[in-house]
Amino acid sequence: MRDLTNEIVEFIRRTSSDLPADVEERLRAAVEKETPGSAARGAMETVLKNVEISRANSTPICQDTGTPIFYVHYPEGYSTRKLRQMIRDAMVIATKKSYMRPNAVDAIYDKNSGNNLGGEDFPYIHFEEVDADQPLTIELMLKGGGCENVGAQYSLPNNALGAGRDLAGVRKVVLDAVQKAQGQGCAPGILGVAIGGDRGSSYIKSKEILFGKIGERNPDPEVAALEERLTDESNQLGIGPMGFGGQTTVIDTKITGLHRLPASYFVSVSYMCWAYRRRKMVVRGEEVIYD
Amino acid sequence: MKTIQLPASDEAIRELRVGEPVLLNGVMVTGRDAAHKWMMETFIKKTKEPKDDDLQVYEELKKLLNGGVIYHCGPVVSGLDTKDYKFVAAGPTTSIREEPYQADVMKHFNVKGVIGKGGMGAKTLKGCQETPGVYLHAIGGAASYIAQSVTKVLGVFKLEFGVPEALWVIEVKDFPVVVTMDSHGSSQHAVVDEASKKVFEELLAKPY
Repeated sequence: MRDLTNEIVEFIRRTSSDLPADVEERLRAAVEKETPGSAARGAMETVLKNVEISRANSTPICQDTGTPIFYVHYPEGYSTRKLRQMIRDAMVIATKKSYMRPNAVDAIYDKNSGNNLGGEDFPYIHFEEVDADQPLTIELMLKGGGCENVGAQYSLPNNALGAGRDLAGVRKVVLDAVQKAQGQGCAPGILGVAIGGDRGSSYIKSKEILFGKIGERNPDPEVAALEERLTDESNQLGIGPMGFGGQTTVIDTKITGLHRLPASYFVSVSYMCWAYRRRKMVVRGEEVIYD
Repeated sequence: MKTIQLPASDEAIRELRVGEPVLLNGVMVTGRDAAHKWMMETFIKKTKEPKDDDLQVYEELKKLLNGGVIYHCGPVVSGLDTKDYKFVAAGPTTSIREEPYQADVMKHFNVKGVIGKGGMGAKTLKGCQETPGVYLHAIGGAASYIAQSVTKVLGVFKLEFGVPEALWVIEVKDFPVVVTMDSHGSSQHAVVDEASKKVFEELLAKPY
């Protein structure tokens, strides 16, 4: 296995400074829906101008370069220990180059590590083995703190909202999370929803599903319909870009399910801001392909 | 578009109304979670003894914030090794976390404007009326774009809080914001929150 540190630095640069095409396309469509001259329209126009400047200058789209979440699909036989080290080394270099803000703060001693490394868990790296003839694929998502803070987890039934243990109940709590988030998660947002699991696995799944493309629907038609409905009803709330009031509050909703204990029924909502930074790099021998 | 020169007068602030886009010029100071907690504990409530250069920084801040602006921002800064600082990315952070402190900080230092995103609550709105001051909304996530209006980094205090949490003194030109809370008791955030709550309740009542 060759050293990929520089390639991963480049990967981080691309992720931090350029939005995926499917996201940008939806943001462009959202501009047209807002009334000319409104604050919401102005916000969306600024968002797009910012995307162009960031791409041209290789500067972070958002100064909050977020929690770096890596999913590494490695061919059988690769060393995960070495891959982890390359990712960590690349993170330090990317921070020096200002692609990343030093973002790892020791919660007990209140100290910023200065290089985006913190303990075993920062950056977050998940390894998954694939067959030996498959390429090495690394996915990266940068999720900022503003949107992370408005994420929510519900334990159903929820009496206050009249939400029972079914998709009808899921709908109610997700809308509650969107209403409570207002513009604080940098609307328009993208919702990752996980139903079931325990508190930990449920939240992780609600983020993992955000690696999917916008518009990809759950294979179950009823769940897919709920995804569409939640996007539509979130927009009916009228919160709009930045919470200024407007047409687009949520761009897409993704729902997935996990097995749960008979006693538990968790619904976890991860809110992703419009600066939806996620990318993929594929390594096949000497060839490196960035999506 | 209306421009405001910093430091701003009470009259200029009172003229601003919710919904108005404004360009800011002059000097402002970044400050977020660690800075607000520190200012509150050390200088306002005085529950903590000043240490290190606290008192010296306090004297500087009193001058900079009198009629000035606090920007809720944790920037990406280049030139950390050479101290030839430059703002690379500098959008706003979520302001509501400073709700317990903001009104007191505004009154104590005579802060005329608070820039951030997502808006703030009733306590800060009251602070805006009393000081008087305004809440100015910058576009969240528009970090590269906003960094272009930062023409110079004049200095930094409390770098030991970490780069994002330090108090950066910056000079800005045509820094773009929208007034979303004014000194007359109006808040766009309260209006949108209330309207969306009403729709939410209607949606809850609908059959699945």
